[in-house]
Amino acid sequence: MARKLSMRQAINEALDQEMARDPTVFIMGEDIAGGQGGQGELDAWGGPLGVTKGLYHKHPGRVLDTPLSESAFVGAAIGAAACGMRPVAELMFLDFMGVCFDQIFNQAAKFKYMFGGKAETPVVVRAMVGAGFRAAAQHSQMLTPIFTHIPGLKVVCPSNAYDAKGLLIQSIRDNDPVIFCEHKNLYGVETEVPEESYAIPFAEANVVRDGDDATIVTYGLMVHRAMDAADALAKKGIECDVIDLRTLSPIDWDTVLDSVERTGRLVCVDEANPRCSIASDVSAKVAQDAFKSLKAGIGMVTAPHTPVPFSPALEDIYIPSAAQISEAVQRTMGK
Amino acid sequence: MTEKRIVPIVMPKWGLSMKEGKLTSWLVSPGAEIKPGDSILEIETDKIAGSFEAPDGGVLRRAVGEVDVVYPVKALIGVIADPSVPDSEIDEYVSGYVTPPAEDEGEAQADAPQFVDVDGGKLRYSMKGEGAEKVILIHGFGGDLVTWMFNIDGIAESATAYALDLPGHGQSSKKIADPSVAGLARTVVSFMESLGIEKAHLVGHSLGGAIAMEVARSAPARVKSMTLVAPAGLGPEINIDYINGFVAANSRRDLKDLLGKLFADQSLVSRQMMDEVLKYKRLDGVVPALRSLADGFAPGGKQKDILSASLNARIPTLVIWGKEDQILPVAHAANAKGAQVEILEGAGHMPHMEKASKVTALIKDQIARAS
Repeated sequence: MARKLSMRQAINEALDQEMARDPTVFIMGEDIAGGQGGQGELDAWGGPLGVTKGLYHKHPGRVLDTPLSESAFVGAAIGAAACGMRPVAELMFLDFMGVCFDQIFNQAAKFKYMFGGKAETPVVVRAMVGAGFRAAAQHSQMLTPIFTHIPGLKVVCPSNAYDAKGLLIQSIRDNDPVIFCEHKNLYGVETEVPEESYAIPFAEANVVRDGDDATIVTYGLMVHRAMDAADALAKKGIECDVIDLRTLSPIDWDTVLDSVERTGRLVCVDEANPRCSIASDVSAKVAQDAFKSLKAGIGMVTAPHTPVPFSPALEDIYIPSAAQISEAVQRTMGK
Repeated sequence: MTEKRIVPIVMPKWGLSMKEGKLTSWLVSPGAEIKPGDSILEIETDKIAGSFEAPDGGVLRRAVGEVDVVYPVKALIGVIADPSVPDSEIDEYVSGYVTPPAEDEGEAQADAPQFVDVDGGKLRYSMKGEGAEKVILIHGFGGDLVTWMFNIDGIAESATAYALDLPGHGQSSKKIADPSVAGLARTVVSFMESLGIEKAHLVGHSLGGAIAMEVARSAPARVKSMTLVAPAGLGPEINIDYINGFVAANSRRDLKDLLGKLFADQSLVSRQMMDEVLKYKRLDGVVPALRSLADGFAPGGKQKDILSASLNARIPTLVIWGKEDQILPVAHAANAKGAQVEILEGAGHMPHMEKASKVTALIKDQIARAS
């Protein structure tokens, strides 16, 4: 009955509807209009993976191709936001953020604090994250923890098309800088998405499966791996709560703690490297606030502490699997 | 001939999008004597959990469906037959049963909800059946046409049933030009005009009941009969904490206890039901629309539009109420002077869902009597 969209289409629709609703919204980034200055159809690409396809002609003058300088255009977006616009900058790969850390960490994240709450920076930086795309070590990292670490930034990482549309609309309407992380291997995955605009509030985790035996906390692509693991575990009589955090900063501790207090077992799953990760952050919080509820040591399933390998065989092993998650849950049950 | 003596129990189709359902428990064992309408098993779909009522009487001869297994719509899950039917015939029936294929795209599309422009915006509605009598189903505050999913197919067997999304609800326009009961009643009349429906039997739940009464008061020539399910508009009292809580809720935690108040059996509130409500409430414009509606019909926590005095014998009226209603007091049923009143045990504010086949049968009787 309801209409299905891929996550790529859902993000495109969110940008389209917000630009139509609010004239201060505009988008900028490398090749988002489709190779301006080249031959042929200007709109041929719409970003490296086609997310912004079609928007250039629909919103003349508001889809801006930028030079290949992340530090320049991310800085420009932050400046425009400080002056009352609501820019959405597309950074291609979150891995490239290294060259604009000052703009993000020291400027955007600090303005509200350092100007006594008088300055707002409603900028969204969209970027692709995650491994599995055969894109090698510099285009495959899951750098969500680095941004989550910085007060003043909000960090979002949707696992499906419905959430992507609602969270991106919320990100654009939010008055703080938001790092919006899109897993490149989820762009093609379809879910039911309403045609109307809607906003999903931040710090509202989604419990995607109910169970009383163990809690799996995760986000992004790993939600799908965790669901596969939970399906396999259900066949063995083990029922898991699977929590999709959706936003990493702010984070919905209540849902995590309520669940662990009921199940007594926790496995944190993160595609990021293990040290100072979302998994270790959630583990620490639960160990601190719900220790008495725990019936077993907390399990963590993450990528190893290595760069993402380019070898396809190694890359596949690098990404946490449903089997690893299922084993980790069984370990918390003494099996 | 044996076909008639053997009644199959098949996975029902609750609502347009349902393709399969999980059998979660059998409430009766093989060999049990069953009366039509008895709850015999429980089913969970991706939208809702509910009990399934026997389509006919007899003895449950086979419980083919296994608990915790997902079956496609129309798959055989049990067999009811008279004790005189030999076991061999039953076994033959079971082994020969072929699940009919799922509806093809065309058929599904013919059934799909449509949109119509009326005074006050775009309304979504679904239409079922081909009977000469027209029936309009009007949901309550915060609901949508899906609330009638257990009833509409039964009603459509003998009438043409229209279920609409009121403005501000479901997939209709979220702007409400006039959020008063009178304004919503004008929208319903405009809906009838747009679809060329001269006269109809109105079925209204909760706020939809008050709207039905207002249509009957202001445009009596358009109304053949009314069935009011736990209607607003029969007294000032209302659980305003529920209304305010519903407007404010934006998480599953907020909603869980709240939605439980709608039902006598709180376990009917599934995670999916909460997700559907949240998805609706997140749509742009919904929260202001609900706020303006609530301020319109219950300013200061009391119902403003008391329509009991407008009921009259010319328009036959049936009032159905769940005895355990926690939103609108069942005592209001006594204010419906001249109406037939049915109070249902084991039902809360949603008797059309909790006691679905009973309510469907009552609605059909009411339509038949008033035709």
